[in-house]
Amino acid sequence: MQLAQVIGDVVATIKDANLTGHKLLLVQPIAADHTPVGRPVVALDAVGAGVGEHVFFVRGREASFPFLPAEPPADACVVGIVDHWDLETQD
Amino acid sequence: MQIGRVVGTVVSTHKHQKIEAATLLIVQPITPDNRPKGQTVIAVDSVGAGVGETVLLVIEGKAAGEALRRKGAPVDAAIIGIIDVIDVVEASGAVGL
Repeated sequence: MQLAQVIGDVVATIKDANLTGHKLLLVQPIAADHTPVGRPVVALDAVGAGVGEHVFFVRGREASFPFLPAEPPADACVVGIVDHWDLETQD
Repeated sequence: MQIGRVVGTVVSTHKHQKIEAATLLIVQPITPDNRPKGQTVIAVDSVGAGVGETVLLVIEGKAAGEALRRKGAPVDAAIIGIIDVIDVVEASGAVGL
């Protein structure tokens, strides 16, 4: 999984039938030091995350697992809201 | 599988029910000679690893789900072992980890 910050909502009226009812979020992957990593991606939301929150998301086939037995066609899904994270102290 | 070093912990009280109670750690993949390689990942811990330890890491969904022993868990990375020692026999760069 990867850390990310939710930076927006995505609205798509016309989409795959299996995506109906699913919230789409725009998330920016970040490193543990808060710096952005790569480009933002659109991810499904399995936990009710909102804009500005730190989350972690799963990539690949597992992105559809939160919705089993339905299998929405997605390659990224937010599966947790992060309260905080701690890094080991560098000496 | 990859070698990684646990560099941090993640606290998340609100996560998907299939990964409830899972321990999440921030892992930096490393080369056998202990250099960081690529971006850190968040992995579920199935062996009780701690910050600072060198670990065996799978970055693949099926293996990670099996490590958590929950069918259909939405995870794509897991720590599946704590490494005691790494012996690199050839220093010629033949080890392509």
